[in-house]
Amino acid sequence: MSVQTLAAGFQDNVLESQSVFRAAMDAMARPGRVVPLVCALAPPAPLNAEAAALVLALCDYETPLWLDARLAAEPAVAEFLRFHTGAAIVAEPMAARFALVAEPLEMPEFSAFAPGTPDYPDASVTLILQVSGFAGAGWALQGPGIKGETRFGAAPLPHDFTARMAANRALFPLGVDLLLAGAGGVVGLPRSVTVREG
Amino acid sequence: MNAPLLATGTTSTTGAMPEIRYNFAYLDEQTKRMIRRAILKAIAIPGYQVPFAAREMPMPYGWGTGGVQVTAAVLGPDDVLKVIDQGADDTTNAVAIRGFFEKTARVATTTVTTQATVIQTRHRIPETALSENQILVYQVPIPEPLRFLEPRETETRQLHALAEYGLMHVKLYEDIARHGHIATTYAYPVEVAGRYVMDPSPIPKFDNPKMDDCPALQLFGAGREKRIYAIPPHTRVRSLDFEDHPFKVQRFAKPCALCAATGVYLDEVILDDRGGRMFVCSDTDYCNTRQAQGHVGELGVPGGGFPQNAVMPGRNSGIHDVPPSHPVQDVDPRVKPGDDGISGGTPPAGMTREGTI
Amino acid sequence: MYVAAKGGEKAIRHAHALLAKRRRGKTNLPSITLQQIAGQLTLAVDRVMAEGSLYDTELAALAVKQARGDLIEAIFLIRAFRTTLPRFGATIPLDTAQMLVRRRVSATYKDLPGGQLLGPTFDYTHRLLDTSLGVERECSEVDDQASAADASRLPSEPVAMPRVTDLLGQEGLIEASPEDTGEEPFDITRAPVSFPVDRSTRLQTLARGDEGYLLALGYSTQRGYARSHPFVGEIRFGDVEVMFEAPELGFAVSLGRVQVTECQMVNQFKGSAEVPPQFTRGYGLVFGQCERKAMSMALVERALRWKELGEEPGAPAQDEEFVLSHCDNVQATGFVEHLKLPHYVDFQAELDLVRRMRAEHEAQMKEAAE
Repeated sequence: MSVQTLAAGFQDNVLESQSVFRAAMDAMARPGRVVPLVCALAPPAPLNAEAAALVLALCDYETPLWLDARLAAEPAVAEFLRFHTGAAIVAEPMAARFALVAEPLEMPEFSAFAPGTPDYPDASVTLILQVSGFAGAGWALQGPGIKGETRFGAAPLPHDFTARMAANRALFPLGVDLLLAGAGGVVGLPRSVTVREG
Repeated sequence: MNAPLLATGTTSTTGAMPEIRYNFAYLDEQTKRMIRRAILKAIAIPGYQVPFAAREMPMPYGWGTGGVQVTAAVLGPDDVLKVIDQGADDTTNAVAIRGFFEKTARVATTTVTTQATVIQTRHRIPETALSENQILVYQVPIPEPLRFLEPRETETRQLHALAEYGLMHVKLYEDIARHGHIATTYAYPVEVAGRYVMDPSPIPKFDNPKMDDCPALQLFGAGREKRIYAIPPHTRVRSLDFEDHPFKVQRFAKPCALCAATGVYLDEVILDDRGGRMFVCSDTDYCNTRQAQGHVGELGVPGGGFPQNAVMPGRNSGIHDVPPSHPVQDVDPRVKPGDDGISGGTPPAGMTREGTI
Repeated sequence: MYVAAKGGEKAIRHAHALLAKRRRGKTNLPSITLQQIAGQLTLAVDRVMAEGSLYDTELAALAVKQARGDLIEAIFLIRAFRTTLPRFGATIPLDTAQMLVRRRVSATYKDLPGGQLLGPTFDYTHRLLDTSLGVERECSEVDDQASAADASRLPSEPVAMPRVTDLLGQEGLIEASPEDTGEEPFDITRAPVSFPVDRSTRLQTLARGDEGYLLALGYSTQRGYARSHPFVGEIRFGDVEVMFEAPELGFAVSLGRVQVTECQMVNQFKGSAEVPPQFTRGYGLVFGQCERKAMSMALVERALRWKELGEEPGAPAQDEEFVLSHCDNVQATGFVEHLKLPHYVDFQAELDLVRRMRAEHEAQMKEAAE
């Protein structure tokens, strides 16, 4: 694939990076809330625009990036991300600082990714999961960033999502942090959040 | 020859030097991304100090380089920025930092707390309650709450990893044993979301209760020490204390001399060399707003004669009291600004009014 | 909406105008040129480049001028500019054995291949003020002599001048220099440092560290605080080629030459169970001609290696976290000088506490008296 046919990155790198980051920050600071994420990217399928925007805004040569099987199956995706971010695409999930998942139903266990260390819990992965929407209110969330309790829904997510999130919460202050991206929005689920079904 | 020098490091050898141009909000994009990633992790792990590769800023370390880097990484063209130092918008360093962002990011600035979307602060939390749409960025000199008990980073990192905070409790308890109360009046340590003990930056402990369950996102930047940490909105922030010695905040015996506010933090202003002094709001925006609303203090002028950012009152104020031995008291932190405690009716039990101005 | 700020803004403006005026000095005298600074205050410029960690004589001269000769301020200006520069990668390690040597002395051998070369040095000058320099136009004889010396000393091709440590190494008398693994060194300007540090972090931190601080610490090692029996194996100063291997090219290209001072200290080492007795190294490398700094750095570098060499700790110069955390003068000056910023909010809190404790004390005394 030649550079000429690569899908374009941000039109205004400085300002778009900033607004995408702000959406991610608001999402992380207010778990469960759908924060609007507007961008004009048209990345190669099956990468969606919202997830692509997050990667372009947050990744560079300092952040090894892991792609799930579905994204890895399309060389144009890696080409696009490498060209616009300079991030190394890694095969080993444990080595990744960011992991991009197009097919959450098929994704590896959270424990396949770096949870940080007791001394440096920040040396952990941020998982970017592509979702098709934030419909429903299947889960109740509590924790920092949430006044009392909030409800949240998104799909698709792993079948054992609640159990995974509980196991992740139990690792605190270690753990993985999630950004769910799609349908014009982003939702943050940091490791500090407690997820309950019902 | 006169092409702008855009961070290429090349210079001409003859004639005029090329102009140097900087990126939006000064920092290059890679640096902003690095800081932004640190901020996201800081939010995910409330109270934990995320190491980041702080850059050298065009202002000295210790003068707000950490706060400035956080603000620069967060700021967008639609933001409205307020910068305060000691609660005031017109202190020289606040002016310098605000000017820096006006120049490098061309953002709108304000002194009005409620209009700001990003507030960078040194040593105070505004009296006006913050809202969900605001971000409070603290400048932090020494981010490590255990630093003065254990100077080594290698040791303190371990203590945080193990949540081993006995050292801090011992220190506070020694205060109580020696003085009968905790002798820490600012940078009073807090526990965030039930896990990390955190330095709230050198704000007076008076401000600590405002951090708890605050609707605004609170970000902390320490440039020289290369740390970023955060308190997400609506997070439990508990000032360390003991059952028999609960945390108390300072409470001033008199209202603000200009706007008559009570339950706020006051600055002591020396008026002359004969013991004349007054106490005025440290938060200048709060004080000015109240004066504009018609509140008049003992030395104020109806209609806000002494906007704090302009000039201080003259010397012939006519009060030459003996220096108060005890103008400030510790009270229950649930007392919020505007509550009329001491200066109004009967002082709450256990408190006296002696020593008021 | 824009709200004009008041008092502080005006005061700052006036202060800066005054500063500009003071910097310029008397306007009936010509403004000092960057060429004059770069050409005549070379050691000041060198120090600014070394501790500013940016090799650019013209910008360093500008910084010296703008800072009114305050070198730490000048270093600060350079650092703040440097931080905005994009980083393209790491060069191939400098090969100081291939240096175009302008000065080279060894304290360990009377003579050696390449010889001793005094070069431009204050050594052996009598420190007597030379009033003949007080005139505006100096004698051109100086120029002629110097350029003659330069010309005779600087062949266009580097002469073989093996490093003393290499000569010692041939006999196995000194520990081997660490292998170049080809790995990119840690970059202290791009990543936060955590302790304990590796060699590249240690050397970088020391190389941009404050000359006075390292001088004092190095001195302390000579006075028994981490004594390491140093000999100056060699100090050399000159030009070295900077080579960069661009990934897209596949071969190294020369980016130009820089002047550096290198000091290799040779220190005693008793040996251990695994290693026979041999000499060890303390290493110093600094941009420009900064001999005092290079030597101090080498002393401190060696002292910091106590653990790997199985030595007794305890001296200030051996304390890695202490030494490396405090050697940056831009950090140090910022934090020391920040004490002049307003602190009245915290002071008010302390004032209250002291007043209260005094009142309590008084009450206790009264009670005791009754």
